[in-house]
Amino acid sequence: MNVKRLIAGAFVALTVFFGFAATVSAQERVGQPKDGGLWLIESANEQAAKVSEFNEALLILITVITIFVFALMFWVMFRYREKANPTPSKTSHNTFIEFVWTVVPIGILVGIGFWSIPLLYYQDVVPETEFAIRVTGNQWNWTYNYPDHDGIEFTSVVVDDATHADPVKRQAAEKSLSDFLGRPAHFNARLLDTDNRLVVPVDTKIKVLLTASDVIHAWTVPSFGVKLDAVPGRLNETWFEVDEVGTYYGQCSELCGKDHAYMPIAVEVVSKEEFARWVEQAKAEYADAGTVAFGR
Amino acid sequence: MAHADPTGWKRWVYSTNHKDIGVMYLWFAFIAGMIGFTMSGLIRAELAQPGVTVLPAIFNMSEDQARHMFNVLTTGHGLIMVFFMVMPALIGGFGNYFVPLMIGAPDMAFPRMNNISFWLMPPAFILLLLSTFVEGNPGAAGFGGGWTAYAPLSTSGHTGPSMDLAIFSLHVAGASSIMGAINYITTIFNMRAPGMTIHKMPLFAWSVLITAFLLVLSLPVLAGAITMLLTDRNFGTTFFDPAGGGDPILYQHLFWFFGHPEVYIMILPAFGIVSHIISTFSKKPIFGYLGMAYAMAAIGFIGFVVWAHHMYTVGLDVDTKAYFVAATMVIAVPTGVKIFSWIATMWGGSIRFTVPMLYAIAFILLFTVGGVTGVVLSNAGADIVLHDTYYVVAHFHYVLSLGAVFAIFAGMYYWMGKMSGKQYPEFLAQIQFWFTFIGVNMIFFPQHFLGLQGMPRRYVDYTDAHAYWNKISSYGYMVTLIGVLLFIVVMGVTLSRKKTVADNQWGEGATTLEWTLSSPPPFHQFNELPRIK
Repeated sequence: MNVKRLIAGAFVALTVFFGFAATVSAQERVGQPKDGGLWLIESANEQAAKVSEFNEALLILITVITIFVFALMFWVMFRYREKANPTPSKTSHNTFIEFVWTVVPIGILVGIGFWSIPLLYYQDVVPETEFAIRVTGNQWNWTYNYPDHDGIEFTSVVVDDATHADPVKRQAAEKSLSDFLGRPAHFNARLLDTDNRLVVPVDTKIKVLLTASDVIHAWTVPSFGVKLDAVPGRLNETWFEVDEVGTYYGQCSELCGKDHAYMPIAVEVVSKEEFARWVEQAKAEYADAGTVAFGR
Repeated sequence: MAHADPTGWKRWVYSTNHKDIGVMYLWFAFIAGMIGFTMSGLIRAELAQPGVTVLPAIFNMSEDQARHMFNVLTTGHGLIMVFFMVMPALIGGFGNYFVPLMIGAPDMAFPRMNNISFWLMPPAFILLLLSTFVEGNPGAAGFGGGWTAYAPLSTSGHTGPSMDLAIFSLHVAGASSIMGAINYITTIFNMRAPGMTIHKMPLFAWSVLITAFLLVLSLPVLAGAITMLLTDRNFGTTFFDPAGGGDPILYQHLFWFFGHPEVYIMILPAFGIVSHIISTFSKKPIFGYLGMAYAMAAIGFIGFVVWAHHMYTVGLDVDTKAYFVAATMVIAVPTGVKIFSWIATMWGGSIRFTVPMLYAIAFILLFTVGGVTGVVLSNAGADIVLHDTYYVVAHFHYVLSLGAVFAIFAGMYYWMGKMSGKQYPEFLAQIQFWFTFIGVNMIFFPQHFLGLQGMPRRYVDYTDAHAYWNKISSYGYMVTLIGVLLFIVVMGVTLSRKKTVADNQWGEGATTLEWTLSSPPPFHQFNELPRIK
């Protein structure tokens, strides 16, 4: 049939799709998903950008491979249909072609490996960091502790639907969040916003120490390229550094029981000066409040 | 075999006949599949729009109870589809029915063990269903910790007896599968017809042989792991409890040492069935037979050394992760060999597009899609943003729901005439194919987008930005539902027809031994063993 037109159509569709995804992302600086989005959440740092880049390259590669297999299949289906080819051949071996389709994929995979493995080591090896944050997963909220800032500790709980829907409650909750942050703040999305946010300075390498108090949870912020399990009895560590001021969201990513979907992660990234101010303010209220976190 | 053919209920309950047991397995898988499919319907209905609204309305419960109920549904859906639908259909059903026929054997090696293999399945299934009705958490029925049942959510996280029932269910199902596997290995090694060397054996028999080895080697590890869960829960041991020096991650290693081979247990028999169908309807022998057989053996072997790619985010050492990345990617090579060999089998053939062939072709195409996203996920570096998101859900449903399940459909249409002597209605079956094909793609393709956008798995409710693709996905379920209902109609119509199918209904392309017998085959076949040249 009209294969050319089909292929052209597919390309147009793809271009429109990805063009659409690109324009949608160029709005305000909030790290959260977009409705109808087709692509990774916009990166907020080098880590996520590297993952995104790698994923993009892989997508192109797998799309080419898939189109190749589909095209081959459709051509075979068309060319060797019973009507067009009533007498089948008896060929059942061809050493050369079997060699090719074994070796070429190996080559492709080795190629992927040369990109994949260095990326893995870049993500996983924690560099020199300026300070650490201890994160404890609980059923069903997150406790944040700043051991290098006099043990500021607070718990971050999801803003429930009732608060979101009711303007009066919502205003009160936003007011309380603004007081906590020391700056005006608004809720952005149902099930992503929390009563308190993790506050970190921009352009600073931060170490995250993760554990859990009951069952396994996973601390994730997609736009930072970070995801790590919080396991009771273990201390996992990872790191991140954010390039731009803004609010970024993530959600618990390991099944942890009934309210698994209701323990989001909200991170407020502020300038270094503002962070210093916030630390002073938070120390007054939250320093050495440690109750839930371990090892204090 | 001096005794008369048994009749009535004794024929089935006392059955030692591989064909009768195979048929019972298929019915069992059908019933379990319907229950599992209904559960996925409830899941998709709840996820069709933001908010927790559907489950509370259907079951007249509070939102809080519905959140737990949702987890019970995803857990039940997973366990049922894996242990009580795909495995019984592919291994117990088609394996029992066709392995002896294909290798020219009168029956399985241990017919009585075959009987108990099957009859352990209904109690196992009943235990699992019961577990959803007894207390899991205080005030909430059922176990909602996922089919993986990670500790401590499955120990201190679910204190009620529900989890214990689920553990027993898996013990019993596992014992059934191990006995089945021993039976297949013995049968295939010892009961092949004279002249049928292992290198002349049909690929489906090959696939079941390799699957049986995977079962024998991996299921005991699962049994051990869940027994440790049981003693942790009830007898004060602390295998997985850090408070007593245990480690929750140990459970994950044990589970996935079973769990990864398990996915190949589900897909290898599917490979076998698809190979026969492609060859039959292309009127050509399978291309690169030995390569195909040893590709399956290689997939089975490598399947045992890649388990930790399910655990990239638990905090493994970076060198360990690097190893598992490399090992996992290797699987793409034998899988690629299989995909290309199927296409090469069709190349130069004389292709007839019957319903089983349509399913087989769809299997190859969709398995390719699921396979390439698997390559993406195998890279720990990229997995970090995709792990535990809907991207993973899309990936494994492409290889299992659109892979293994399509192979089950393909096998049903391919062998229905042989098993029952009755021919399915071709046109209606084609419509059934198209509804199913479009429906499942509509369910699962958008889930790639959801995953890339960061929607985590096993979420009863999601932020409003995920609404659009979830809605499309749920519409897809409705289309699939039509396909499934049509399947029941097609099978009903088929069974109500007269027995008219010839010995070899598919003609010269169908070369395996089952096509030399009548349709349906006699109660005891090959009283005189066939000789293979």
